[in-house]
Amino acid sequence: MARVAFDHVTKRFGDVVAVDDLTLEIADKEFLVLLGPSGCGKSTALRMIAGLDDPTEGTISIGDEIVNDVEPRDRDVAMVFQTYALYPHMTVRRNVEFPLKSRNVPHEERTRLVEDAAETLGLTDLLDRKPAQLSGGQRQRVALARAIVRRPQAFLMDEPLSNLDAKLRVQTRADLIELQAQLQTTVVYVTHDQVEAMTMGNRIAIIAKGALQQVGPPQDVYERPANLFVAGFIGTPPMNIIGAKVVQEADGLAVSVPGARVPLPAELAHAVAARNLEKVAVGVRPEHLLLAPDGFVPATVTVVESLGHERNIACRLDDGTLVITRQDMDDPRPTVGETLRLTTEPEFLHVFDADTGERVDAP
Amino acid sequence: MSDEPTRLIAALAPGFAHFLVIVAALLAGSVVLAIVGWRARPAIAHRARKINRYVLLGVLAVIVLFPIYITVVNSLLPADKIAARPPTLVPTHLLLSGYSQAWTQGHVSSYLYNSFVVTFFIVAGQLVTSICAAYAFAFLSFPLKRTIFVVFLATMMVPFEVVFFTNLETVVSMGHLPLIGHFLGLDTYGALVVPFLATGFGAFLVRQAFLSLPRDLRDAAELDGYGHLRFMWRVAVPLARPTIAALALFSFFDAWNQYLWPLVVTDHYRTVQVGLRQLSRVSVDQINVTFAGTVLAALPLLILLLVFQKQLVRGLTAGAVKG
Amino acid sequence: MMLGYALVLPSLLVFGTFIFYPFVKNFWLALYRTPPFPNLPRSWVGLSQYRSVLTSQLFTNSFRVTVEFVVLTVPLGIALGLALAVLAHQRLRGISVFRTIFSSTVVTSVAVASLISLTLLNPQIGLLNYWLGRTGSLSPLDDPKWALVAVAGVTIWQNLGLSFIIMSAGLQAVPDDLLEAARVDGAGTWSRFRNVTLPMLSPTLFFATIVGSILAFHSFGQIDLLTQGGPADHTNVLVYAIYKTVFQENNDGKAAVLAIALFAITLVLTMVQLRLLERRVSYER
Repeated sequence: MARVAFDHVTKRFGDVVAVDDLTLEIADKEFLVLLGPSGCGKSTALRMIAGLDDPTEGTISIGDEIVNDVEPRDRDVAMVFQTYALYPHMTVRRNVEFPLKSRNVPHEERTRLVEDAAETLGLTDLLDRKPAQLSGGQRQRVALARAIVRRPQAFLMDEPLSNLDAKLRVQTRADLIELQAQLQTTVVYVTHDQVEAMTMGNRIAIIAKGALQQVGPPQDVYERPANLFVAGFIGTPPMNIIGAKVVQEADGLAVSVPGARVPLPAELAHAVAARNLEKVAVGVRPEHLLLAPDGFVPATVTVVESLGHERNIACRLDDGTLVITRQDMDDPRPTVGETLRLTTEPEFLHVFDADTGERVDAP
Repeated sequence: MSDEPTRLIAALAPGFAHFLVIVAALLAGSVVLAIVGWRARPAIAHRARKINRYVLLGVLAVIVLFPIYITVVNSLLPADKIAARPPTLVPTHLLLSGYSQAWTQGHVSSYLYNSFVVTFFIVAGQLVTSICAAYAFAFLSFPLKRTIFVVFLATMMVPFEVVFFTNLETVVSMGHLPLIGHFLGLDTYGALVVPFLATGFGAFLVRQAFLSLPRDLRDAAELDGYGHLRFMWRVAVPLARPTIAALALFSFFDAWNQYLWPLVVTDHYRTVQVGLRQLSRVSVDQINVTFAGTVLAALPLLILLLVFQKQLVRGLTAGAVKG
Repeated sequence: MMLGYALVLPSLLVFGTFIFYPFVKNFWLALYRTPPFPNLPRSWVGLSQYRSVLTSQLFTNSFRVTVEFVVLTVPLGIALGLALAVLAHQRLRGISVFRTIFSSTVVTSVAVASLISLTLLNPQIGLLNYWLGRTGSLSPLDDPKWALVAVAGVTIWQNLGLSFIIMSAGLQAVPDDLLEAARVDGAGTWSRFRNVTLPMLSPTLFFATIVGSILAFHSFGQIDLLTQGGPADHTNVLVYAIYKTVFQENNDGKAAVLAIALFAITLVLTMVQLRLLERRVSYER
């Protein structure tokens, strides 16, 4: 059983809180992505699983054991570093062999395991080269081989793709997914790239300023962001966030956005009323914001970006707020300065408490 | 039979016995801590191991500092106390006369003065010649430039100990020549300074620094009407300041610590290193003066190190790490 | 263009007069036998003086003594510097105090260190005899068996600060993530040191060994201050032998041969260093 669990883990470096009361459970064989901006504490959390840093508070478990006091070498995890951390003076073979040698695995078995790992990652021809003679992509595969050769309980990966060029990154992403499916091992994967997170993970755990913002399958996180941070972080172009006031209409609650009043669906209105909210932030994804002649929100076009398969149109609302909307190439191209009317379906509205940033949900 | 060990210990000199006791105590303490670190609960074990590390560091620090400590202590004791057994490790009454004697009768004041003068001129000279040559190598072109640079590098291959006795002859005979001898001061400080006015290493170092400056700077300066000397003084040198400072520190250390040349070339203008040689030949009842003189001789470098700690380490290690 | 020559001229003058001229003159001096009295003319002996000096007891003894001295001081000096550097590399509170203490001997010159060592080695007041229970007897400096060891000990102590600083810098350059990867891979403390730290440190170690050996071959000051080449030439290193030949024997022909030998040894060591550096793999990341 290779589940990994954080139980109220906090890590402080002096006065700085790097990880704040993190409670998270990663299931056996799961591919979990720790996603967040630079410096949010995701790497620190990963290092604590490996044992390279110790939690200030809380416990970390691997399998059924609490491992706070267990040395990295005894935790049966393997780590792929962002810089690959290959031993420059050793050949590929000896690099991959190192974890086995450290555990006194006998010679024949070592050779077999190394060659298996090398074959899995296409490194058989490179076994006698040194890291300096390899390309970035090859070095990364050596780092992976060194990690899988031991068949550990869990793989920890710290932004392994960030040093590769764009094209190689896409290819390697696919390779990694395939590898994990093949090996059926728990993977904890750290990245700041949401595309990687969305395409690779069974679940994504979004972390900001050391605290867990939301955890769930990619689609959930995309469709129901738990707070303003997640809403703005996931999705390219990012979700439009518009400040609005709650107003009472004849037939229910509405939100007052620049230029229009948008009625809230009944259940959402209930939830908003239940919390006594006056100010909210309304979120709509660009692909859900449509141009319609009878749309209720007026907006002036500022920039039109053509991406080949679709257009991004940036426009300003009456109060200056910038929103982005998407359009197919077949539709007529708007001109800069033109006033458009925007609309959306009520089901695509996300409402957030303007003070706490939390999502307001229909019960 | 149990008499034997006690008799043995009694037969050992008290000094040795003390020594053994201290060593045994430290070892025992360390072993106890190690066992605690191995066996006990994690929190206590952690503590024990940490203390043990401090113990080890402490012992080594004492060993490294001990000679310096004893020298300072001895410089403050009267000679009979120094020779007394058991030795005084912590003085109760400080005797400062050793220092005043070293300063005046021991001539340490004039030794220090000489060292400062000689070192100053050597450092100044080396900086000037190195910067000038480095500038020529980095920014100018002239026939045979590369050959001349190789010549500069070649000088680093010839150790001074190989050529010192001929240089002695040179300096003496040049000193007799009416104009040059006097101009270069070869009968006074010049003899100590002149052979070291240039350094291939210095030229190499500053050339590297100059070469790492962006090419466009020179072009821009030229467009602004800067001649070479003005560019050197106003732009190149200030930008290469860290390297030049490192060179200055190197040169200072080197010049201050010279021993062989100041020893052979002059009796009247002794530098402090050679002066220590004189001080070491005093009789034992004056030995506190010797130690006082030693402390005084080490002070300037110590002060220099404390002030320029960071630069010195950076300069020293740049060579080591790059090889 | 003239400026170029003008800027290098002062240096070249100094080099020519005080480095190249005397260097070349050595070869010429070695060809003539110097008379016992200064007023008599030199006599041409050609290459035979080279042969006679290089096979003489003086040279073979000096060479052997110097090699012993280098072997005593260089490896131990580097190993101790490395050991101290490793110990001071830990993340402990107040570690910087220890780092300062361990680098403190860098302010001692050869003369200062030699005189400091008298507190231990002086026959009358030195503490070493007292500790070893040999009060009143000879100092190690007067004992043919121990004199070179004693001088070597002083030299090692004096160089400890510099060795520590250089090794510390080398240790800093070992990338942290390599050591972390080794930890996760299962390597214990000693295995990490042997398989990661030492190999990454090897350029620094090579540099320190070669430069240290070259400098050790040129040792003079501590010999002059502590033993003056004795007892019975047991500490008569090459440079001291040259010194005595010049000032006690007034024999500059002989001294010239010895000086050329010293140069040749230095040259060989430098060539070895350059060759090793070339072959060294560059550890690009």
